[in-house]
Amino acid sequence: MCLCRTLLIQQIRGSSNAILVKEKKPTNSLLITKEEGLVLYEDMILGRSFEDMCAQMYYRGKMFGFVHLYNGQEAVSTGFIKLLTKSDSVVSTYRDHVHALSKGVSARAVMSELFGKVTGCCRGQGGSMHMFSKEHNMLGGFAFIGEGIPVATGAAFTSKYKREVLKQDCDDVTVAFFGDGTCNNGQFYECLNIAALYKLPIIFVVENNLWAIGMSHLRSTSDPEIWKKGPAFGMPGVHVDGMDVLKVREVAKEAVTRARRGEGPTLVECETYRFRGHSLADPDELRDAAEKAKYAARDTITALKKYLIENKLANEGELKKIDDLVEEAVEFADASPQPGRSQLLENVFADPKGFGIGPDGRYRCEDPKFTEGTAQV
Amino acid sequence: HKYLFIFTEEINFTAILTSPSISPLRHSPWGKKMAARIHGGAGAGAATALSTFNPKKLVAPSRTNLPAARSSKRCIVAAAGSDASKSLRVGHSQKLIANAAVATKAETSATTGTGHELLLFEALQEGLEEEMDRDPHVCVMGEDVGHYGGSYKVTKGLADKFGDLRVLDTPICENAFTGMGIGAAMTGLRPVIEGMNMGFLLLAFNQISNNCGMLHYTSGGQFTIPVVIRGPGGVGRQLGAEHSQRLESYFQSIPGIQMVACSTPYNAKGLMKAAIRSENPVILFEHVLLYNLKEKIPDEEYICNLEEAEMVRPGEHITILTYSRMRYHVMQAAKTLVNKGYDPEVIDIRSLKPFDLYTIGNSVKKTHRVLIVEECMRTGGIGASLTAAINENFHDYLDAPVMCLSSQDVPTPYAGTLEEWTVVQPAQIVTAVEQLCQ
Repeated sequence: MCLCRTLLIQQIRGSSNAILVKEKKPTNSLLITKEEGLVLYEDMILGRSFEDMCAQMYYRGKMFGFVHLYNGQEAVSTGFIKLLTKSDSVVSTYRDHVHALSKGVSARAVMSELFGKVTGCCRGQGGSMHMFSKEHNMLGGFAFIGEGIPVATGAAFTSKYKREVLKQDCDDVTVAFFGDGTCNNGQFYECLNIAALYKLPIIFVVENNLWAIGMSHLRSTSDPEIWKKGPAFGMPGVHVDGMDVLKVREVAKEAVTRARRGEGPTLVECETYRFRGHSLADPDELRDAAEKAKYAARDTITALKKYLIENKLANEGELKKIDDLVEEAVEFADASPQPGRSQLLENVFADPKGFGIGPDGRYRCEDPKFTEGTAQV
Repeated sequence: HKYLFIFTEEINFTAILTSPSISPLRHSPWGKKMAARIHGGAGAGAATALSTFNPKKLVAPSRTNLPAARSSKRCIVAAAGSDASKSLRVGHSQKLIANAAVATKAETSATTGTGHELLLFEALQEGLEEEMDRDPHVCVMGEDVGHYGGSYKVTKGLADKFGDLRVLDTPICENAFTGMGIGAAMTGLRPVIEGMNMGFLLLAFNQISNNCGMLHYTSGGQFTIPVVIRGPGGVGRQLGAEHSQRLESYFQSIPGIQMVACSTPYNAKGLMKAAIRSENPVILFEHVLLYNLKEKIPDEEYICNLEEAEMVRPGEHITILTYSRMRYHVMQAAKTLVNKGYDPEVIDIRSLKPFDLYTIGNSVKKTHRVLIVEECMRTGGIGASLTAAINENFHDYLDAPVMCLSSQDVPTPYAGTLEEWTVVQPAQIVTAVEQLCQ
């Protein structure tokens, strides 16, 4: 990986549908600066350490339910999200811890959410599969596959609306992350159509890790090359090595720039792999050991570290681990309180009058028991 | 009072109930033919009621005062602002939201004679247009809402005025465009999402249940979803099973949403405006057969309270709870009942979720008998929930079991005769009241 090859998206003039994907000849110019390199490295290391810690905490009974870890796929999250601004939006799936972290949600807030504590980013009400942050424009965290894609399309629509109707200076983009399994789902196709039709500033990122729980991508998909589905809807479709953060970043730059310029959506298929099972409840017996070994050898963190050192961008000492940040997050989460009963009925409605009028003529939310969480609603 | 029922072009049936005063339609050949048909005894529902129609006995819908003191003198609205938190108590909301149930004493342009007359779909359009003028974040999305003007003309002319992005013609993909509306709402817009027929929203169930209802909660209150999801539903005139569904049954369990049903031009406009201004996701149920109802509504701005029921006709003997189209079957039955000496209290519950247990409760405490008349199916409908709520809260006040008249648990048949038998007819309502009042 000492010389990175870049994939370029080129459009053939006169035909917006047909897209060529070419490989550029290797050059000697580096793709990143030292600062950028360190940001990328730290982000990926944070993601990896965090997920490893999640596994430990789960088996120690600190978190429950369905927890889906991102180990191995860090290049995709880091490659895309580190190019975004705070006002750009990210939409993810249930495998969302690392997307939230990359977008800027603090490790403390994510860990507390996983522990179900009040200090979690969603006050303990969302859990592993629903990481939201208004401040960082992390629009979730969705449990059903595909259901976040329309929401992402809506966020992109707002961006276009702000520009064209409200005449605001807005070039926010939205990045929607989802998996290979989702690409057989109707919502995916409906949104590809809508996004291309209205030229929405959105990037559809397929994290193709070849497996949907125990269903191999090849067994469930008539044409497994997902990037090809983009041109069918009138947008560029790109395939990129999702185990290489620099390649992902190059493709992402192009796609984000396109979107900001108002040229519409892009479909990016990242070939990646999850080192762990689908979730912590998955025994992961179906996947071949050889396949796992093959991808483990292409670990994005090891590769980036090698690149940074070989190209004299950083030395070993600077690429230290950041375990302390994750450990501190665990301590914080442990020390945080559980939600009180009073929180039960809050946040169901933005306007709690929605619980209606009780037999005594008062709105139910005026009942003191409402704030105690014991009211009959 | 005049109630003009004209069904959509697809349907060739007109039932006209008019007072002896002038109705434009009576002078058309079609109108005359229909009028003759009605007065001759044929037509939908209990024909006997029509021949003994006495306009003075029926109180104006949506204009009646509840016996409990409500001293609102003005029918003007203030947008829910910081004042709202100070006086949520029903009955003291004078300065805030106009309560349709309060307006008899209030002098509005409609009651003093100026006002303006329009059809229900026009009232919806007026409400929508006013809100779009007021707030540039309000937008519309749905199938054929733009250039076509809406399949029931609710959005007619809006695309010309506001542009193709604010009145968005979507492709046919309910799940995706409902989700898109939700995503847009989370990021600052206030979309009004139209289901061309409420039944089509079954395809959007994933988005409505998981995202619309739940995201405010699962995000810990960070994101609000101020969408309005609206469209026509209910049993029409031989539209077939799939176009005759009552989605309120299916959506009622979704936490985090509110559901309202409009039934008159007055409350249609008022509820539309209130729903758009609400920070909660609101599903507004319209009815295919009610779009051409005509009524005079105030010139000045007003909105209706989303959580309150509407007193249609105060009475003493029995409480009849209904909503949407069945309100008219109830009122038709009421005429017969009045002539037979009964005094029914008719309440249009309007808020299907949550129920206004104050208005309903006061009525039950007065009459001790409850009849629910709904268009939902017997199983799991709004009536079923309402029966449970009344039994739970007002059991001590009941002199008879709560009776609920619902549609049959059958897919709505195409044939006219079969269709008529699936929904509740005025004659059944009369029989039920007689039974309950024994």
